[in-house]
Amino acid sequence: MAGEISITVKLFAFFRENRFKQQEQTFPATITVREIIQRLGIDPEEVGVTMINSRHCTLDQTPVQGDQLAIFPVIGGG
Amino acid sequence: MAEKIYRVNMTNLTTSTEPVPDKWLGLGGRGLTSTIVAEEVEPTCHPLGGKNKLVVAPGLLSGTVAANSGRLSIGAKSPLTGTIKEANSGGTAAQMLAKLGCKALIIEGLPKGDAWYTLLISEDGVTIQEEQELVGKGNFDVVATIGKRTDEKHGIITIGPAGEMKLSAANISIKDPDSHLRSSGRGGLGAVMGSKRVKCIIIEPTDAKVEIVDQEKFTEANRAFTKALVDNPISQALGTYGTNVLVNIINEAGALPTRNFTSGQFDGHEEISGETMHDTIVERAGKPKHNCHKGCVIQCSQIYNDKEKKYKTSGFEYESIWAMGADCCVDNLDHIAEADHLMDDIGVDSIETSVAMGVAMEGGLLEFGDGEGICRILREDVAKGTPLGRIIGCGAASVGRAFGVTRVPVVKNQAIPAYDPRAVKGIGITYATSTQGADHTMGYTIATNILGVGGSVDPLSHEGQVELSRNLQIATAAIDSTGMCLFIAFAALDDEKCLPALVDMINARFGADLTADDVTNLGISILKTERAFNEAAGFTNKDDRLPEFFYEEPIAPHNVVWDIPDEELDKFWDF
Ligand code: SF4
Repeated sequence: MAGEISITVKLFAFFRENRFKQQEQTFPATITVREIIQRLGIDPEEVGVTMINSRHCTLDQTPVQGDQLAIFPVIGGG
Repeated sequence: MAEKIYRVNMTNLTTSTEPVPDKWLGLGGRGLTSTIVAEEVEPTCHPLGGKNKLVVAPGLLSGTVAANSGRLSIGAKSPLTGTIKEANSGGTAAQMLAKLGCKALIIEGLPKGDAWYTLLISEDGVTIQEEQELVGKGNFDVVATIGKRTDEKHGIITIGPAGEMKLSAANISIKDPDSHLRSSGRGGLGAVMGSKRVKCIIIEPTDAKVEIVDQEKFTEANRAFTKALVDNPISQALGTYGTNVLVNIINEAGALPTRNFTSGQFDGHEEISGETMHDTIVERAGKPKHNCHKGCVIQCSQIYNDKEKKYKTSGFEYESIWAMGADCCVDNLDHIAEADHLMDDIGVDSIETSVAMGVAMEGGLLEFGDGEGICRILREDVAKGTPLGRIIGCGAASVGRAFGVTRVPVVKNQAIPAYDPRAVKGIGITYATSTQGADHTMGYTIATNILGVGGSVDPLSHEGQVELSRNLQIATAAIDSTGMCLFIAFAALDDEKCLPALVDMINARFGADLTADDVTNLGISILKTERAFNEAAGFTNKDDRLPEFFYEEPIAPHNVVWDIPDEELDKFWDF
């Protein structure tokens, strides 16, 4: 459909609870990463890192058709 | 109890107790081990000869109730890298030594003859006893045997067969509160202990307490410090998933070294991830949360059970899982857990040994992915000290030489851990410039390069990487002196109340008047002391380089090479 994109959304750690690990989803072409996060019912405050195609991105970025969006809570290790 | 230096001379089999010299009073942990090694060890000496010394020191706050302060530093000249070395770990020993007033234990000289010895540390000082029963035993058996000989409350610092054989990947194991093991893993310090023919150090429990000059101020500062740790979301995630939560994010970032450092992503990442591990632990009635010493409020450790719900391993860390997993392409957590258990028992560093296996796989010893084969070689070769086992137990560079492999991921002979420097430039600076060979914990730029902690610096750009690594290496040297677990750094980087509370605790403990700047200066002076030792041992800036293949072979998915110019690297030491 015109004006829509489909992207692969990947979730990690406790963001997976009652959601999914990885899913193809369709969104309006103008959607931002923040809006996707909100649609998933995730509080943007809890988000630590977001990546599009393995590169860090901001919450204001707009993904394009075919992108892979990965959403991580605040995590650490070492 | 008043603090003392305990000195053990293995040449004459004598011990002594000395007052703490003024110049060492303000030091603890790594600051103290590195200072003593730099002052007393000839930099050019053979690490396994009579001139090297093994120095054990609890941190400045160890033995107090300060949260996460029970880490122990062990230092010497490293037989793996030839540089100065400090490895630190949890377990109960740091707190027990501090309560006994042991500021540092210095083991020097070499005994003549073939006997083995145990050191016993108590309120009366140190005694040396000849040891027969424990010789040749794996670490778990050592702990169980001493448990029967004394009781479960004694602290234990021990080496396994690898340390007895003086293999350069041999570690030193420290008993934890549940009689499991934590390891001072890196740099082959177990071989130094083995060279002195000390199988084990047993610490008697005491009711004595660490003196605190201003108790009220201390309690208040500890409350603020603990709150900063507990409230930090990263601490919470560490408690749930352990450090292994990193597998998926480092894989996603394209920086998970795979198949002996030929790719940045591993197809089997989900199978070995922190998420899968958490679910498996819960399913098998293990514990996702566990502490390596009393007083840790983060609890990144865990108890991992096998399919029969029996204990298999604990302290099952991201680095070990990455190394046996992605780097050797093993996508089966149970095989990795078995290997982890075997390495703990034999007493070899799980990073060095696993990376060595990856290099051996490239050399044709085993197929990539053969987890059972790895366990077999650990059991039948490394544990028994066959010639093959000794080559593997001496680390990745040793395997590379024996098998003619050129893709050998080491700096100063020490295996590069779980983050590919081509895809995370900051950590490459740390690997190259660290005073102790490749070691992520020396300046953990992953926090800022990948995790968005302490700001953010693009992992693929050149900008700001040297400065980032330098600031973190300085801060880490200071933290490693306090007895604090390095994971307090996540709170320290993002919560402005955390570090001042830590400085307040040190001041309250010693009646001192330190500022945050003094702590930074301590970090700087430790790094410079360590660097001066290495220079005197013959190291130059030419040793601060990554192996050739990182400059030449691009790594997927970003298809990048290591491209930080050498002159940039050399600027690291401009401070
Ligand atoms: S956070 Fe982990 S490594 Fe640090 S003190 Fe606690 S259990 Fe030990």
